[in-house]
Amino acid sequence: MRIAWWKWLGMVLIYYTIIAGFLIPVPRIPIVHESVRNQFFHVSMWFAMMTMLTTSLILSVRYLKSGKARHDIIASEFANMGIVFGVLGICTGSVWARFTWGAWWISDPKLNGAAICMLIYFAYVILRGSIEDRQLRARISAVYNIFAWSTLIPLLVILPRMTDSLHPGSGGNPGFNVYDLDNNLRLVFYPSVIAWTLLGVWITELRVRTKTIENIEIA
Amino acid sequence: MTVLAEVRHLIRKEIILEWRNRHALNGILLYLVSTIFICYLAVISRQHNISPGTWNALFWIIMLFSAVNAVAKSFIQVAPGRMLYYYTLAGPEAIIISKILYNSVLLAAIGLIGALFYGIVLGNPVSDPGLFILVIILGGSGLASVLTMVSGIASKASHSTMLMAILSFPVLVPLLLLIIKTTGHAIDGLGFPIAFDELAGLAALNLSALAMSWILFPYLWKN
Repeated sequence: MRIAWWKWLGMVLIYYTIIAGFLIPVPRIPIVHESVRNQFFHVSMWFAMMTMLTTSLILSVRYLKSGKARHDIIASEFANMGIVFGVLGICTGSVWARFTWGAWWISDPKLNGAAICMLIYFAYVILRGSIEDRQLRARISAVYNIFAWSTLIPLLVILPRMTDSLHPGSGGNPGFNVYDLDNNLRLVFYPSVIAWTLLGVWITELRVRTKTIENIEIA
Repeated sequence: MTVLAEVRHLIRKEIILEWRNRHALNGILLYLVSTIFICYLAVISRQHNISPGTWNALFWIIMLFSAVNAVAKSFIQVAPGRMLYYYTLAGPEAIIISKILYNSVLLAAIGLIGALFYGIVLGNPVSDPGLFILVIILGGSGLASVLTMVSGIASKASHSTMLMAILSFPVLVPLLLLIIKTTGHAIDGLGFPIAFDELAGLAALNLSALAMSWILFPYLWKN
């Protein structure tokens, strides 16, 4: 069996992220300490989620333009993958918060924004589930995907930057911004973003293929 | 016919229909009044007054639920044949814009009546009524733009009333937060200039929801 080069790259980078992520020396930042390693999982999973959801949006736009069933399948599978990364991102963030801030969840624009973002995509999944006709489902969910994304996501990106927050990287907290990012951290952080994104694309590709086969059988 | 003329005729039609069918309007008003009264009873059963922050949050939660119910009927309870008839008469842009404008007026009216009754039973901490009325009007049109579009989406699916709530609530969160923040300024009464940023934000949100509805609605109805 031939495996595409980017899948090999993804596999290697995932191993690299996990092994190097736990072993390399990290800078001693007050409060955060060793938990800074969570950056390779939590932060890069959010990056991967944003990539998945944005790809889903682009495919939804393309579906409305082209009307091809394939675009709809890809859009919905990327949204599903984005949800998986979102849930993982919330879990990793929550565990980190428990040991750094002392609580599983605090009221913070970034955390609440993440939760709202998940609610939107859960609603997207339920909307898809409640329309029987396949073409109608594709069109309506594409419209909702674009509408929800464009009214919400820009605000989720802008609002946390306008208010102070406890979250690393804002409000003067030690964090993962350019000034704190140590060279060692960078060496693992950037590859980890690529690793999770490639893994996501790979899973999505498999799911798109099974969905396409199911579609052919029905039709 | 230009879009503007179509919008004018369609709004006129909405008002005439609503007036002929007054029980729907009365139903929404009764819904609003009984929700407020239940909140009043729930609050005074344990305490005698309510903090301005809670007053503000509770008022907008009541408004949110009333708005969902008021706007839901714009696409959900319409006979499919009648929709088809409208579409032969006017463009999709004119239809969605007229519905949004009509619902904005409806929600502003519901908001003002609700605020009056709410203030009577639960007390009125607002020290800048002018600003509060402005927030109700702007907030009402923001709620109307998002909810009208979502009602169009939900009307195509089964269980549309439940879908209407779950599809719209997360999208409405930034709008509601902004509304509650601005109402907080109206309660504090520190003057109009302090609330200017929030008012501009509200207007911008309204415009963006309106623009997205204008672009996306044509894809919703064509079959």
